[in-house]
Amino acid sequence: MANKSEIVQEEFDKSAQPAICAERITKTFGAGKDKVVALDDVCVAIRKNEFFTLLGPSGCGKTTLLRLIAGFDHPTEGVIMLHGKDISQLPPYQRSINTVFQSYALFPHMTVAQNISFGLEMLGKPKGHVKETVSEMLALVKMEELRNRRTDQISGGQQQRVALARALAPKPQVLLLDEPLAALDYKLRKEMQIELKRLQHETGITFIFVTHDQEEALTMSDRLAVMDAGRILQIGTPRQIYNHPLERFVADFIGSTNFLSAQVLSNEGRRARLKLSSGKEVSVELPDGAAPKGSVTAVVRPEYSLLIADSEGEGHLQGVLENIVYFGTDTHYHIRLPDETMFVSRRQNQREDTEAFRVGQSVSIAFKPNSVQVLRD
Amino acid sequence: MTSTVNKQKPFSLKKQPGFGLIAIFCFVMLYAPIITLVIYSFNAGKYISIWEGFSLQWYVSAWNNEAVQDAALRSLVLALQASVYSTILATMAALGTTRTRSFPGLTAIYVMINQPLMVPEIVTAVALLTLFAIIKTATGIQGLIYLVLAHTAFCIPFAYLPIRARLEGMDLILETAAADLYATPWKTFWRITLPLLWPGIIAGAMLAFVISLDDVVITEFVKSSGQETLPTYMLGQLRRVISPEINAISTVLVSLSITVVGLFFAIDKKFGK
Amino acid sequence: MKNKAAVSNLVEEAQRKKTRNSWLLSAPALLVLAFAASGPLLIVLVYSFISSGEYGGVVWKFSTDAWFNVVFHRDIFDDKIALADAHIIILWRSIKLSFFTTATTLLIGFPTAYFIATRPRKTRNIWLFLITIPFWTNLLIRTFAILEVIRNEGLVNIGLQAFGIIDGPIQMLYTDFAIMVGMTYVYLPLMVLPLYASMERLDFNLVEAAYDLYASRRQVLRRVIIPLVKPGIIAGSILVFIPSLGAFVTPRVLGGGKKMMLGNLIELQFGAGRNWPLGAALSITLLVLVMIALLVYVRTTQRNSGSLQ
Repeated sequence: MANKSEIVQEEFDKSAQPAICAERITKTFGAGKDKVVALDDVCVAIRKNEFFTLLGPSGCGKTTLLRLIAGFDHPTEGVIMLHGKDISQLPPYQRSINTVFQSYALFPHMTVAQNISFGLEMLGKPKGHVKETVSEMLALVKMEELRNRRTDQISGGQQQRVALARALAPKPQVLLLDEPLAALDYKLRKEMQIELKRLQHETGITFIFVTHDQEEALTMSDRLAVMDAGRILQIGTPRQIYNHPLERFVADFIGSTNFLSAQVLSNEGRRARLKLSSGKEVSVELPDGAAPKGSVTAVVRPEYSLLIADSEGEGHLQGVLENIVYFGTDTHYHIRLPDETMFVSRRQNQREDTEAFRVGQSVSIAFKPNSVQVLRD
Repeated sequence: MTSTVNKQKPFSLKKQPGFGLIAIFCFVMLYAPIITLVIYSFNAGKYISIWEGFSLQWYVSAWNNEAVQDAALRSLVLALQASVYSTILATMAALGTTRTRSFPGLTAIYVMINQPLMVPEIVTAVALLTLFAIIKTATGIQGLIYLVLAHTAFCIPFAYLPIRARLEGMDLILETAAADLYATPWKTFWRITLPLLWPGIIAGAMLAFVISLDDVVITEFVKSSGQETLPTYMLGQLRRVISPEINAISTVLVSLSITVVGLFFAIDKKFGK
Repeated sequence: MKNKAAVSNLVEEAQRKKTRNSWLLSAPALLVLAFAASGPLLIVLVYSFISSGEYGGVVWKFSTDAWFNVVFHRDIFDDKIALADAHIIILWRSIKLSFFTTATTLLIGFPTAYFIATRPRKTRNIWLFLITIPFWTNLLIRTFAILEVIRNEGLVNIGLQAFGIIDGPIQMLYTDFAIMVGMTYVYLPLMVLPLYASMERLDFNLVEAAYDLYASRRQVLRRVIIPLVKPGIIAGSILVFIPSLGAFVTPRVLGGGKKMMLGNLIELQFGAGRNWPLGAALSITLLVLVMIALLVYVRTTQRNSGSLQ
């Protein structure tokens, strides 16, 4: 596993200052045998006007990193930069960064309007400007009628929007969102996801979004970082992450994957030839800087495979069809391979009334070109 | 055979035989003496055993009694000062000792703040008597200050407890959110912490007020001659022929207690979680 | 790039600042308490080891006479050492009455707390309100109220005579019994409230389970309810026992000077008795008794608690 995370560079104007730069951040809690390493040598650069997501399971450190960027805690090692300026020493009230908290943290003794105006008041903005901005924000999140309501009298979804408006009102350079949609029901969550994208585009503010929901991360982000156990494993666009996972964890956490063991036959430059357990060979594109040898793990997504009935010699793998699961939009095929592992293939249903395959049938699996990835392990 | 209609009462899970009776007896026993006192404060006659008709004379005579006036005024002034000072000190102490990670000495602070609750009043009274005797002979300072100091001290834990309880129920995330929105620590305290803490502070002040007003033992020992508060005046009166004036004064004080407790419950209901 | 040492200091610095603020905020209260509550106790301790002055007050000369006089008595005529009977009786009365008061308040308070805890939610607050009011009423007034009830011309005697049950008044005042009745009356809410707090959290599903397993009402009480509310019983007992030990007003008003408790004995030394060091020694004795009781409490709760109730 890599110690220093990579930043996947792509169409990136190197001369533009990143909005947030976290350099070699380590955060530990406690000491001795109670010591917990929440973040381990983490590096990430988030660009201006980007919708960036930190994705990972509970306890991976994503919220800790967010808190360090906001200033609620100090890193044990490392530096946080905002537009090139070192803000590690600054308290949160001196950072032009605002947070939308998971529990919203609305001030219960103030109305909606008073909550929204709070940041502006603290900054000493003139009254007229404050009033104008509050109205602007209420319109932005579509909450005008509730402006004088107390915050404990509005619904969860409404509270969430007030929290957003409150954090956007002071026009910060970066907005942090800590799993803001977690408490909402499914329908509301889907609506808010669209809302958030719209808001980010309209305001042009850099958004850093934290979630454990990989679907949310894929649909909303311009780029995302996958984290686990205090480390950033991979950073990239949703497509890059989905189609070219570099680590086992990333391949497993995002969507579903088939893991295949293979042997490297040859490699030159960016391409290599692998031999699968079936004996068949496949050509793969290698990730940057990788030069694998010997045994490797390869991954291929279920939807990038095709079943061929009962053939000899075609396809990359052979197996016996053990289960067919019909989902309405898709059908999943579970195939038992000769080495006892299970391979899952997915196919979008066409408008047929009968199933072409049957359980117990011998089938071949063919991979679409360039759909196999080699993992770094 | 006629079918039997189930006439039994449903099985009561919580009932224990005799408990209800004892409880009612307890409440009666608690209130009977006080109610008797109140009733006889309106007695036109002098003796508690003989009811001679309704009269407010004892209230009037107590009101006009100079000694009573002096004692009542002093009690009030003392209680107001003690509750204000002890509440301010207790609020600061609560802010310093709640919602904070444990540091060496924190337990010692708790012990010291709660110590007046654990040490019997007579011991504290004796201790203060000896201390103030030394100070009086050394400096010659007289006056209410000794009583104010003594009352402030033993009122601190009473003010501290409700303030601390309220503070513990306040999630730190609100102060974090305020800091996130550019509020300096001082502004955060004024705009967020204090307004939300206020009901606890009021409750603490009320408690301290009542405790100071009611104190007998410590006041009795610390006071100089002539410095009577209502309780010490009443204690002195009990040595002589008991005038029903005492009943009248008692009734007034009881009404005050009921009002304060009522307010306390009302505040708790409105702001409590 | 910042070096390691400088950055990790930020974390420590923030912590140190927080601790410093805690001390600063607590300091004023602690100073007042040290001066007017804790500190003076040391003076009392010192006083118990010096000599008594002729007309009250002290003479700064070391002496253990005070401690000696707590339990012993040197006859001024024949110099014989004997037990100070009066003191022993008073000490014993204090401990005895405190135990009895605790027991009585427990016997009356337990069903009362149970009653309140089993009322429906809506009325429960009213009952709580009713039990809290006497608690906040002046101690002196409550003692006085009991005085009015049990004295020879008081409510009980007049009532019993009116119903012809007795011919002449029963002397209840100025007896140990009177003091006990007074203390029970005064400290009853202190037993009920912690008991109630424990009972309110009682999970009646457990009671239901016990009935389901063929237990009788008495068995349920003895083997399920009482053990579960033990923390409340212990807390209430301590809250009654300790003030009872140090009671001053109640025995003075209801014991009339003939039946003294430790508190009155202490007061005597600072008044007519004119023996401040003895008063100091007796105060320390009382304090030690209270500390012992508290220690027993802490020990018992530690032993009984897996979870804090």
